Amino acid sequence: MGRLSVNLCGIELDNPIIPASGTYGYGKEFADLYDLNILGTFSFKGTTLNPRFGNEGVRIAETPSGMLNAVGLQNPGVEKVINEELVNLKKIFNKKVMANVCGFSKEEYVECARRLDEQDIVGWLEINISCPNVHGGGMSFGTNPDMAYEVTKAVKEVCKKPVIIKLSPNVTNIVEIAKACERGGADAISLINTVLSMRINIKTGKPIIKNVTGGLSGPAIFPLAVRMVYDVSRNVNIPVIGLGGVSKAEDVIEMMMAGATAVEIGAANLVDPYVCKDIIERLPSLMDELKIEKLSDIIGKAH
Amino acid sequence: MKQVVLTIKENVKIAKDVYKMRLLGDSLENIKAGQFVNIKLKELYLRRPISVCEVDGNELTIIYKAVGEGTKYLSTLRENHKLDVLIELGNGYDLSFTQNKVVLIGGGVGVPPMYEACKQLLKLNKEVTVVLGFNTKDEIFYEEEFKNLGVKTLVTTADGSYGHKGFVTDVLDEVDFEYFITCGPEPMLKAVYKKTTVDGQMSFERRMGCGFGACMGCSCKTITGYKRICKEGPVMRKDEILWEG
Repeated sequence: MGRLSVNLCGIELDNPIIPASGTYGYGKEFADLYDLNILGTFSFKGTTLNPRFGNEGVRIAETPSGMLNAVGLQNPGVEKVINEELVNLKKIFNKKVMANVCGFSKEEYVECARRLDEQDIVGWLEINISCPNVHGGGMSFGTNPDMAYEVTKAVKEVCKKPVIIKLSPNVTNIVEIAKACERGGADAISLINTVLSMRINIKTGKPIIKNVTGGLSGPAIFPLAVRMVYDVSRNVNIPVIGLGGVSKAEDVIEMMMAGATAVEIGAANLVDPYVCKDIIERLPSLMDELKIEKLSDIIGKAH
Repeated sequence: MKQVVLTIKENVKIAKDVYKMRLLGDSLENIKAGQFVNIKLKELYLRRPISVCEVDGNELTIIYKAVGEGTKYLSTLRENHKLDVLIELGNGYDLSFTQNKVVLIGGGVGVPPMYEACKQLLKLNKEVTVVLGFNTKDEIFYEEEFKNLGVKTLVTTADGSYGHKGFVTDVLDEVDFEYFITCGPEPMLKAVYKKTTVDGQMSFERRMGCGFGACMGCSCKTITGYKRICKEGPVMRKDEILWEG
């Protein structure tokens, strides 16, 4: 056990660095750049029961210190993920991967999670009840405590592996949602997904993104994420994974001090493809500077 | 894909709002015609994708139009400034086709990728004709550079202020070709698609997040399935294109 290692729901991670779903595909684009086995793990692209193309038209817009996306859960569907993506991943990744699951009904979440739970390479299920870019699913489960409880409980009933519920920041009371998931049997909480946002092209007077709204990510949302991780981790008795705008080793330390057991890195991968590798390499010297012996010692230090 | 640091050797205006930037660096040898680079600019979050105009030894040339926040900022940078650049992005043109008479059709800022393509095709002993389309005389660039490569070069302007009046498709009847390669605004690509009866390749542009296939921000539908413009594109064969809308 190294000084960077943390325990996430009974599985030891060499370090707390986890590329976030939707910014890392199923790993192969980054495997061309560096060995994926240096990571704690990674959360693969949000997967649904059936294949999805996602949203039409412009899906990306820039913002101060961040970006909007409205990809809309483009993915090849769970069976193709199992039969192609995970088969290929096994050849290059010898750790457990985090399976990100999304759906449009409780039944769909359950079926998709059940199929992924059966795969050896999957270590955790991360249930995305917070995608802001699809209609009739995704975030609607994550903004209502009763629905969050229901979907958590239903998924837990069919899965043997730890179930992590990924929460949306687009709520008035994040603690209430997190507690509902904990009551439903969640093994951990990850937060925050992107923040529902919008940009308008002032030359045309029309929204830049064809879906009108998109999810804001990047350093712009980091302080919001820190606050929510702090609030949630003080009020639940399960581990919290912190994410939202994390871009450097200092942010990882701050997120863990807020209460995160592990940290996901999202948009930063898109602008700096080596960011996770750089952070993992930088952490030991930063810990020396801050006189931190083991990373696990600082979890919730700000509480 | 590689991440490299390139040093600006020159950044000069060559037409209305159009700049040519020459960059120096190592590891440029695998860059292909039709690929693009993605440049990190301080203060701006997303990188800026720009097509490759020419690569020669340790020198890379890009040509861009200063229209938005990123390209306007890029136009202010001076020599010796260092840039963080991702290179070898996109599929680039496949020059393995067997036809001998090729027309290269560039429209506006779609002209630059035609230059490296032209150089490579000449190395393959192809018979190349170049058609360059612009809106007006002030916007014309690289006519001399193509002529200096020894290829027949036709220029069109929409307003007739220089060369042939009209669009690139209006002069194609004068050109003897068995294959085409083109890059330009989508309406032009569509017009070329309709006008031509032979095979060819077209380079597309989309708003991108990452530029290397991770975010799915630039996906499009094709006859052979979903493709990412930044990864399986930006170049597509004529027979796989599915026009939207």
